Amino acid sequence: MNPIGEKYLRKDSLPFLWCPGCGNGTILAATVRAIDLLGVIDDAAFIGGIGCSGWIPVYIKADAFHVLHGRTMAFGTGLKMSNPKRKVIIFTGDGDCLGIGGNHFIHAARRNVDMTVLMVNNQIYGMTGGQVAPTTPLAAKTKTSVFGNPEDPFDACELAKAAGATYIARWTAAHPVPLSKAIAEAISHEGFAFIEIIAQCPTQAGRLMYGISDPGAMLDFLKGKTISAKAAQGKSGEELKEKYIIGTIFQDRERTEFSKRYFQMVGKSGRDA
Amino acid sequence: MKEESNQEVKILQGNEAVVEGALAAGCRFFAGYPITPATEIAEMMAERLPPLNGIFLQMEDEIASICAAIGASFGGMLACTASSGPGISLMQEGVGYAAETEAPIVVINVMRGGPSTGMPTAASQQDIMQAKWGSHGDYETIALMPSSCQEAFRLTYRAFALAQKYRVPVYVLSDEIIGHTREKVRIPRGLSPVERQRPRGEKQNYQPFKAGPDGLLDGMPAFNEGYKLLVDGQLHDERGRRAAHIPEVCARLTERLCWKITIHREEIYDLEAAFLDDAEIVVICFGSPSRPALRAVKDARAKGIRAGYLKILTIWPFPVERIRALPDQVHTLIVPELNVGRMVREVEDATAGRKEVLSLPKLGGLLHTPGEILEAFEKRNR
Repeated sequence: MNPIGEKYLRKDSLPFLWCPGCGNGTILAATVRAIDLLGVIDDAAFIGGIGCSGWIPVYIKADAFHVLHGRTMAFGTGLKMSNPKRKVIIFTGDGDCLGIGGNHFIHAARRNVDMTVLMVNNQIYGMTGGQVAPTTPLAAKTKTSVFGNPEDPFDACELAKAAGATYIARWTAAHPVPLSKAIAEAISHEGFAFIEIIAQCPTQAGRLMYGISDPGAMLDFLKGKTISAKAAQGKSGEELKEKYIIGTIFQDRERTEFSKRYFQMVGKSGRDA
Repeated sequence: MKEESNQEVKILQGNEAVVEGALAAGCRFFAGYPITPATEIAEMMAERLPPLNGIFLQMEDEIASICAAIGASFGGMLACTASSGPGISLMQEGVGYAAETEAPIVVINVMRGGPSTGMPTAASQQDIMQAKWGSHGDYETIALMPSSCQEAFRLTYRAFALAQKYRVPVYVLSDEIIGHTREKVRIPRGLSPVERQRPRGEKQNYQPFKAGPDGLLDGMPAFNEGYKLLVDGQLHDERGRRAAHIPEVCARLTERLCWKITIHREEIYDLEAAFLDDAEIVVICFGSPSRPALRAVKDARAKGIRAGYLKILTIWPFPVERIRALPDQVHTLIVPELNVGRMVREVEDATAGRKEVLSLPKLGGLLHTPGEILEAFEKRNR
């Protein structure tokens, strides 16, 4: 095991429960590299939701919650407020965040609670065997959209922006280095930081929706759909259709983070702050 | 407000008494959502917590409220939430999570009439079974039932102590009548806050879910104290690692979540008895109906009926042995309750057919009158 893995992984929890070729391992590695860069492991409080990506925190040697489906940000708000020094880092899937947890997501963003939300988007409910998700493309066939998905998917970054998130980025699991850098930025950002990570799920999304079951081919396929935020500027909606805009999408450094604002207003410092 | 040497006497609403009890216990975190008839608890917490360096959060719903409270509990604070009817139903997944992860939290349910949106402004005791069985799977909770504002204060304080000791969600089952009744509450001065036991083991390789022979965990570590906690809603081993694939580990944990409460039931029980010495007919009561019940017992006594009174303040775990221990001369038990007649089954089970049990249910949001209970005494008097 490399020194970073040695330092930050719970070896007694290995091997990973993910399918071969899953993107979650890359995202875990990008996260611990960011943690290592910032040196914040002792202040980190990880929370995972339900679904494949919700398991990422249980492999990190740090304080971690594996919580109820969709409720990561509600737990995270309590955890953050009970000690504002904490760096709350959340792993949630597209179903966990935008489906069952949609209400908590928009309100945590609206409050601008200082937390890092890493939403792993594989466009499908993978853990339960490949059902249609709020991010599944229109017309895509899954186990519960047998005749094609009649629904349009959410654009999670636009939703985060409208709700009030103050750091928003999108990357894919095919971009491990810029992803790790973005995670470090998100953790350093004081406020609600959201990164959508488009990840390959060769087992479910690949097989059912794209007819690709080779992880490498799926990574190439996802990467081929990306366009940088800079290159996307000035392009029409038609030109950007079915493209993933990657990079830092939005950042507002001015708006005061929730716990700071709360303690300023009540005239207190907060516990251990 | 009247000052006395060792206590402060206040006129408080039951909902306010709950807040005083929570704050006296050291509760410094509250997350909630407005709902009748529990809203005053949130309003008072919103005013009282910040000056104590505590946190009040109004969340987006009741699910978020209980989850935030559990987050704060593992964050190192004594935490609670409060709601009623539909809100308590929404909280059930959080109750199960707290039971499974052994997170101490207090849930105040100011019971209103149900089912569904039910009767928002009227009392009931229709949620007593929900407090035991509301979330899926096998687990135990503790549920306390006040019948006065004084008891609302005392039992809420105790709920925090029980939650920390047994590492379990503890309910305070108040109701709309107690919640909105104003009466005298004596608040002892210098009441010490509840202490959460600190962990005793080494931080390195600490086993946060390793129980002692009494089924209880070592002290509770919080996040970011160096223990590298792993808290999982899936069944887990003593380190906190997922064990859903290991049958014996799962069975052992599920069983312990139940027996860690049931074997300590004698320490948990809280009952009050009156006129039992020569009693032949005993009213078994809990919560609001205890008050007309006591009046009815006194009125029955005045009429020469050997009436007795047994009030249960801890309905879960249910004090089976205390019911069973009622002397032989007691031939009838009367059970008044504000539901279709739920607790009467527990009482029947406890008596195992050795006594007659008369159910006195009352629905519609009204409390029994003393006369209605007295009538039952008169009918059963031999």
